[in-house]
Amino acid sequence: MNIVKKAKGFWTSIGLAVVLSVVLQFLINGGTLNPFYVNTLYTICINIILAASLHLIIGITGQFSIGHAGFLAVGAYASAIVTMKLGLPFPVALIGGGAAAALAGLVIGIPTLRLRGDYLAIATLGFGEIMRIVFLNIDYVGGASGMTVSHLITWPWLIACVLITIIVIVNFTNSTHGRACISIRENEIAADAMGINTTFYKVIAFAIGAFFAGVAGALHAHNFYIIQPTNFSFLKSFDILILVVIGGLGSMSGAVIAAILLTIISAFLSSYPEVRMVIYSLVLIVMMLFRPQGLLGTREITSFFKVGKSAKGGVQHDKNTVA
Amino acid sequence: MTKTQLLKVENAGIRFGGLKAVSEVNIELNQGELVGLIGPNGAGKTTFFNLLTGVYVPTEGTISLDGEKLNGFAPYKITKKGISRTFQNIRLFSELSVLDNVKVAYHSQAKHSILSSIFRLPPHFSGEKEMEEKAIEFLKIFKLETVMHEKAKNLPYGQQRRLEIARALAANPKLLLLDEPAAGMNPQETEELMNLISLIRERFDLTILLIEHDMLLVMGVCERIYVLDHGQLIANGTPEQIRNNPKVIEAYLGEEVS
Repeated sequence: MNIVKKAKGFWTSIGLAVVLSVVLQFLINGGTLNPFYVNTLYTICINIILAASLHLIIGITGQFSIGHAGFLAVGAYASAIVTMKLGLPFPVALIGGGAAAALAGLVIGIPTLRLRGDYLAIATLGFGEIMRIVFLNIDYVGGASGMTVSHLITWPWLIACVLITIIVIVNFTNSTHGRACISIRENEIAADAMGINTTFYKVIAFAIGAFFAGVAGALHAHNFYIIQPTNFSFLKSFDILILVVIGGLGSMSGAVIAAILLTIISAFLSSYPEVRMVIYSLVLIVMMLFRPQGLLGTREITSFFKVGKSAKGGVQHDKNTVA
Repeated sequence: MTKTQLLKVENAGIRFGGLKAVSEVNIELNQGELVGLIGPNGAGKTTFFNLLTGVYVPTEGTISLDGEKLNGFAPYKITKKGISRTFQNIRLFSELSVLDNVKVAYHSQAKHSILSSIFRLPPHFSGEKEMEEKAIEFLKIFKLETVMHEKAKNLPYGQQRRLEIARALAANPKLLLLDEPAAGMNPQETEELMNLISLIRERFDLTILLIEHDMLLVMGVCERIYVLDHGQLIANGTPEQIRNNPKVIEAYLGEEVS
């Protein structure tokens, strides 16, 4: 009974998401949305997955990783190899891309997650660049000219990936395991002293984040017809980082909303290429000046509907109150 | 009643390069004792706590709990074996609620796996429910249940200290280490703290080792006291013996000029 009640909000949101995606499917099929909008929609979905996966690493576990494009690249290339070279179906490529990235996450995470703060940031940045250079120099995947990939992506696959990513990460976060990760973010020494295996949870969060970044890579590869090492430079890592920071570090819904908004802004600015980056940067600067904690801070969108019901985020503080 | 030995520290010490921060410390704690550890600033008291909890690995000597050697274990493993602590400068999970702070300490006793949480299988719900009930029960003992949904950082100072002790106790220790629990408290809060310490000691059958500068508190509640100066143990005994020990007086007040 209690379980049913607890899960009610969860199933309502999934129900809403499914209805919304079916409606969008009809709009796409009926041609109401022109190809430009459809493409923007696809990019939004991929960015949501990327933002959500990085949110788990930075926002929840507090590990400042700026090599996320590296995992995106691993997922993209691994999935492209699965479909184009091995001729296996697209779902296998999705899982293959995710698994390859998760493996990369484990390999890079186990040594580097001993580092803290700036050092971890530099190490992960290095990882992202290494991945790019590696793909640049492997002729099997096309080297600098890249690899052509067929457009296999469909709306149901895309939205299913988005939903699964969000559900898995939210479920992980709202459990004792997620709390263990948050405690590492809040105070690693205390977390250790409370019996939390900090290395284990950092690596797990890193691997889950990398897995979904890999899935996003697979979707990315099968959406854009071609993948090139230049798509995965550190600028891409920063694009993802910006989504998480703008959304509010520690807020899943914030990351999702930021992914939607910034992708739309960036898509519409593409008609004005000469001022695009200027306006985009200005948006970021204004944002950081007036709302440094991000769109939602550490709150979740659901907490806005629960005011007065003593929800977890019910009593809110400002950055101005005494810490 | 025969006293069973809980903690035995033999010749423990640590060097940082050429600096001997702590050396040749011998301490024995019996089950159920409340022992104080005092010493002037920089004497190595907190360093000694860090040795006990595995933050630092002792470069010499051994530390054993219940006859089991603890040297070289990671801090989280030592916590699981039964040593839990509070910190001199409060280290709460400030963005988490009071309730979640305590739940984190229960984590090592959690039975549900990551997969059961991700797929929301029945073990997740029963495990989380059990944790929540235990944590609320616990907060009631510490009279913190009225603020359990507040963020830890929004609590007044005295309550934050109390929460830290509650959190350390939730990890189910045999030995509780308190690092200056009364630091920054007013006399009334200190008094409440003394009562709380005696209460939890009886209720949880604990052994407590406490670092403190507030002599009133130390002399008031501790049965035995160890004194550390320049990383070495200079005295141990009952509060009365310590108060009259010339070495201790010298360490605190300096030598008499003759």
